Amino acid sequence: MNKVLGIVNGMEFTIGDTLLELSYLIAALLFVTGLKLLSHPRTARRGNLWAAGGMGLAMITTLLLHKNTEGEGISLANFWIILAAIGVGAAIGWIVARRVKMTAMPQLVSFYNATGGAASALVALLEYPNAVAGETGSILVTVLGLIIGAIAFSGSMIAYGKLDGKVGDIMKPFMTYLNLGLLIITLGLGTFIIFSPLQPSELIWAIYTLLALSLIYGVMFVMPIGGADMPVVISLLNAFTGIAAAMAGFIYNNQAMILGGILVGAAGMILTVLMCKAMNRSLINVIVGSFGGGVSAAAGAQGTIKEITLSDAAVLLSYSQRIVVIPGYGLAVAQAQHITQELDELLESKGVEVKYAIHPVAGRMPGHMNVLLAEADVPYEKLVEMDDINPDMPNVDVAIVVGANDVVNPAAYDDPGSPIYGMPIIDAHLAKNIIIMKRGMGKGYAGIENTLFFNDKTRMLFGDAKSSIQKLVNEIKNM
Amino acid sequence: MEQVLQYFFEYKEAIFIIALSVFLGIEVISNVPAVLHTPLMSGANAISGVIIIGGIILVGHANLSSLSLELVLGILALIFGTLNVVGGFAVTDRMLEMFKKKKSRQL
Repeated sequence: MNKVLGIVNGMEFTIGDTLLELSYLIAALLFVTGLKLLSHPRTARRGNLWAAGGMGLAMITTLLLHKNTEGEGISLANFWIILAAIGVGAAIGWIVARRVKMTAMPQLVSFYNATGGAASALVALLEYPNAVAGETGSILVTVLGLIIGAIAFSGSMIAYGKLDGKVGDIMKPFMTYLNLGLLIITLGLGTFIIFSPLQPSELIWAIYTLLALSLIYGVMFVMPIGGADMPVVISLLNAFTGIAAAMAGFIYNNQAMILGGILVGAAGMILTVLMCKAMNRSLINVIVGSFGGGVSAAAGAQGTIKEITLSDAAVLLSYSQRIVVIPGYGLAVAQAQHITQELDELLESKGVEVKYAIHPVAGRMPGHMNVLLAEADVPYEKLVEMDDINPDMPNVDVAIVVGANDVVNPAAYDDPGSPIYGMPIIDAHLAKNIIIMKRGMGKGYAGIENTLFFNDKTRMLFGDAKSSIQKLVNEIKNM
Repeated sequence: MEQVLQYFFEYKEAIFIIALSVFLGIEVISNVPAVLHTPLMSGANAISGVIIIGGIILVGHANLSSLSLELVLGILALIFGTLNVVGGFAVTDRMLEMFKKKKSRQL
């Protein structure tokens, strides 16, 4: 296996080395193909498996064939330790991924992103002492990998906590300046480490301080950002993790790591921008400015709220021809997706046409609502995207808003003072009748008043979405 | 500055890969339907677990003669990396499974 094949640029190469590099090439190609397949509904699952296959291949060949600069392979003792560590990680990762509820999916993605960032930061931290003072380039990538990985880790953990309801928003006006100062200090220390003439062994204190600063910055960076913006933040942090992995790839001059990491970095950035567009906001605005909270320009929209009884709602729905359900995160929280599907089937059996209007950022992540409804067996064809359903809204008899708020707020059209002014919304207000299912008169995630509630065509049905719809189903059955 | 230039020259292939990967990543992702945003983010997240190769190399050549902080942190990096890879791909598969179930029933 290790027979020397020849010498290139003064370096011997063997069959083992060649096979290893070849496997990295195949892995990189599988990553690209996998990601491409992942972006089409029909091939998405296969794409995920291909990318996973590429990862498995790269892991196995690295374990069997990698040699350090002295030409030593991985010894047997180290081999078993690696297998044990991978075994532990794989078991936990698999079990959690299989058991978690679909509604908790966004926080799980955030959590796994955090672990990737932590791994990158640790690898950079441990490789730093092996660098040589004056090798500016290699210290640069190590420091960048450490900073970016650490921010991705602590930031994602906070995002996880927020989505899981364990961490609240903390927003004080001075935090913007505090964060800016912290960022400058962190980057300053990083620059000092990169250009310092001291040997890395003398700068261990500095690298650990840098790690601590980066971790704190990650926390402070995500802390003031509102829950409604979490998808954008997770996507951004996902891009960070990719870039951090690519930096580590530079340390090892490993092309599979560089390509995989940058691919994710670029894809994550594009996805972030797409999401910002869906909310009509710039990335800077998401990071620096806070949503709602301080802004109170959109107050004052008042009027009378009209409630609807269950039996009236049942009659209205049964005798409609076209109904559009507009689901929001409230539906997910109440676990109402299955009962909604039941209502849908019941109404269809009475000849009512039922469609779902999906706002690009409905749920806690783009596409999250589609996943939840797919879980509840709602046919894919019934899920209509915002741009396709809006022209049809005036022909809709009843728009049922379940646990959604900001995505149907007409203030986006007519109130320039509103923080969501300009955001594309689903035109529920154009429907002939509007039923809004809500827990109470609380504000939406963005913390702003919704004029739709005071619309003449609007009737409110207060209560938990799941039990309300359950009662509605019973009511219609008894008609 | 000289060192940066020298580094650029030494790693020109890797820098080429970076430049091209950026375009590749953008190209591959554009036109993705909103339905797939979450699975795609999750799948891409799993791919960023490629850092695990670094973890394997790190622990693979670690000195085992004494239990050092480095060794412990290295093993931790490996566990974290595996969590990212295995958990990431498993969760993505679970999300996509639901779309598939839908399709097969209708066909």
